[in-house]
Amino acid sequence: MDRKQCCVKLSVQPSRGLMDEKFIVLVQNALPGSQLTIRALHRCEDGHSWEAFGHYTADTIGTINVSDDPSIGGTYSGVEQMGLLWSFRPIPGSKPGLRMRKKNIQTPMEVTISVYQGHQTEGFADLVPLSGVVVERWYMAPGVRRIPVTEGGLTAALFLPSGPGPFPGLLDLWGGGGQLVEYRAALLASHGFASMAIDYLTAKITMETGKMVDNQYFETAYRVLQQHPQVCGSKIAMIGLSFGTSITLKMAVYSEVIKLSAAVCISGSHVQPVDGSVEEILRFFQKNGDKTRFSEKNEVIWRDLLLPIPTDPSLKVNVGRLQCPLLLVVGEDDQNWPAQESALDIKEMMARAGNSHLLTVLSYPNAGHLIEPPYTTHARSSTFKTIEIEEKVMCLWGGQMVEHSRAQEDAWKKILVFLRENLYGGRNPTSFSHL
Amino acid sequence: MTQVVPPILSVTPSRALVDEKFKVLVENLPPGCPVTVRSLHQSEDKHDWEAYGHYISDHSGVVSVSEDLSYGGTYTGKEPMGLLWSMRPVPGSRPGLRLRKMNVCTPMLVTISVHSGHEGFRDKAPLASVLTERWYMAPGIQRISINEQGVQGTLFIPPGPGPFPGLLDMWGGGGGLLEYRAALLASHGYVSLALDYLGFDQESENLELKYFETAFNIIKDHPQVMPDRVGIFGLSLGSLVAVTLAAYSTITKVGPCLSARVNEDNQVIWKDVGLEFITDPSNIVGRINCPTLLVNGCDDQNWPTVETAEDVARLMREAGKEHLLSRLAYPDTGHLIEPPFSPHFRATTFVIRSSKEKVILLWGGQTKPHSDAQEDSWRKILSFLQFHLYCGPSLKAKI
Repeated sequence: MDRKQCCVKLSVQPSRGLMDEKFIVLVQNALPGSQLTIRALHRCEDGHSWEAFGHYTADTIGTINVSDDPSIGGTYSGVEQMGLLWSFRPIPGSKPGLRMRKKNIQTPMEVTISVYQGHQTEGFADLVPLSGVVVERWYMAPGVRRIPVTEGGLTAALFLPSGPGPFPGLLDLWGGGGQLVEYRAALLASHGFASMAIDYLTAKITMETGKMVDNQYFETAYRVLQQHPQVCGSKIAMIGLSFGTSITLKMAVYSEVIKLSAAVCISGSHVQPVDGSVEEILRFFQKNGDKTRFSEKNEVIWRDLLLPIPTDPSLKVNVGRLQCPLLLVVGEDDQNWPAQESALDIKEMMARAGNSHLLTVLSYPNAGHLIEPPYTTHARSSTFKTIEIEEKVMCLWGGQMVEHSRAQEDAWKKILVFLRENLYGGRNPTSFSHL
Repeated sequence: MTQVVPPILSVTPSRALVDEKFKVLVENLPPGCPVTVRSLHQSEDKHDWEAYGHYISDHSGVVSVSEDLSYGGTYTGKEPMGLLWSMRPVPGSRPGLRLRKMNVCTPMLVTISVHSGHEGFRDKAPLASVLTERWYMAPGIQRISINEQGVQGTLFIPPGPGPFPGLLDMWGGGGGLLEYRAALLASHGYVSLALDYLGFDQESENLELKYFETAFNIIKDHPQVMPDRVGIFGLSLGSLVAVTLAAYSTITKVGPCLSARVNEDNQVIWKDVGLEFITDPSNIVGRINCPTLLVNGCDDQNWPTVETAEDVARLMREAGKEHLLSRLAYPDTGHLIEPPFSPHFRATTFVIRSSKEKVILLWGGQTKPHSDAQEDSWRKILSFLQFHLYCGPSLKAKI
């Protein structure tokens, strides 16, 4: 019998958290043994609505604790403390190929979490929940400052942690989609790193002159960061994803100016014309465009463009010359870049050169290309526009939702520990234990 | 280009409700290093408040305020929240200050910093600092100004469909409108009305009573409130009002009308009741028909609360209502029992309504026991409210 319950109490702790912090979702005062659905709803900046939900059964005292109790259906199942965030999907009727990304990181992501009678799977908009709360998820901790950077023709944003400093620095690069993507840098600043997110494909200078930036652009970014009074100039690292990895490896090995204390390379490769500018590297990829494949759903698979991994040394960054610790993060189901094959080759090259003690590889089965901060919604594919092609394509990134989400959570923790050890010194940081 | 990497300070969570605990951790210090962890807050009226504890890092260069002992400062011993409840005006401030937040839509900003050494720690710049936010309002709460039927106040409605239990929240003889407790109660799931009442003129008692009845009805009649689950929360003079309201008001009287149901389930909280103004206390107290929680500090220098509480217990016993009464009495605790981690004020300036005279009023209490009482009583109050307003059956049998 489905008697309407009253006074069901829902609480989420903390109600305001950072994007990588866990929360505890608790339902109390429900009818013992009753079936309930806990649902999260989020309307993102571009107006699309996303939902996630789990099916639960209240225990003998009418309580559900999402951290301890299993979901037996919905967008996630099993005991999944953060399932209500990482299993988000567009609500029925949404257009395909969406990806959830926050542009304005100075405001929080607002998620409404509600509890409904019964095990519901659709039509939530027509149902009245028993209870609901609003939860804020922030990329920026209080006191973190965002400073736009235009010095030296840069299009960048520097995020400074709160306090006097000085802080170790971080250069943060994304991939072939361009734009100034700030959220990871903001989150890293919230963990004590002065992080500069850099737009290097659609920078103002490129949009105005039509010319791509060269190696000097990155060296300028490094200098600006290094010379900042609140940055510890001898402790600067670089983090890159996708094409950002190509830049990071190139700078780490070949730049006379950039001296990195550590490098983090996610979902990328060392394969590139070694003496190439950004433009030349892109053209090299384009040249192999005929190796593009398509999935049964007609999604674009670009991982073959750099395969097979060349043996010609002029086509690979000479990682044997690397002098700083390198953390490689690889999704084994990456359909966009041959990250796994590249990682294996990098390992071999470094073993031969005798610097493999610098290398750590995190390889995740069934994780895809977009290994983002934890609880970021997994997109197996999405519409994508690189700077080279005019129209948007449906790009296959890869990954299975559950394993990909676990990979994000695990990789982030390890990235933070890696950065902490190499930039701050000291081991076993306890302040990440709540993540 | 600077070379030295500083210690790492973190406060988790960095954004929290004012009654939530945080963990303050310092890492990357040299081992066995004496440091001072300090909190600093600038109030809305531009006074600086601080608290601090002296610590020594362990072999791995860590200081954990939740786990380690403070050797001195504004608090000692193992005190995870000492950096908040032991706050006091910085040296050089004028006496009699009181810390209260008027704008509840913004958080209280507290800077936590770590300094080298113990004595004279203020002489040097901090090694690291972080900002933390303490909120009275959870996300999604609606704040609505009320100015209807002659009643003035602010209504706070929790997010969600409701319906919710309701609370009428009343402060003391200082007058004015203080919203923070109502906002915090809404953050715990109650539609709360912070009531503005400017002085209580005992001569026109009945007229004033009507004001409170109207306010009570505004809550009760709100579409998102369960009309049979409305309570009253009063501090100081507010609790006196609460008592009177519960006892005398026609809306709480037993009778053959619809409001009879209302009577059984009103919940009352008294705090620090002084019954001197009531000519016949037994008449009032004996008429209370709902569960009542009485909270008082044994070192209350403002009202004779210990004696009063005894009187109340006796009167209720005589009226056969003893089973409705719960009492919390705290040793070395003063009059101003506020939400947890609020700084303690033994005495502050106070403006007497009638004469506009500024005096220093002694509230009483010793900081540590008073702060413990605030933390303990708040948890018990929330538990009391949850039990009677959330869990209890909506219709009780009449006694």
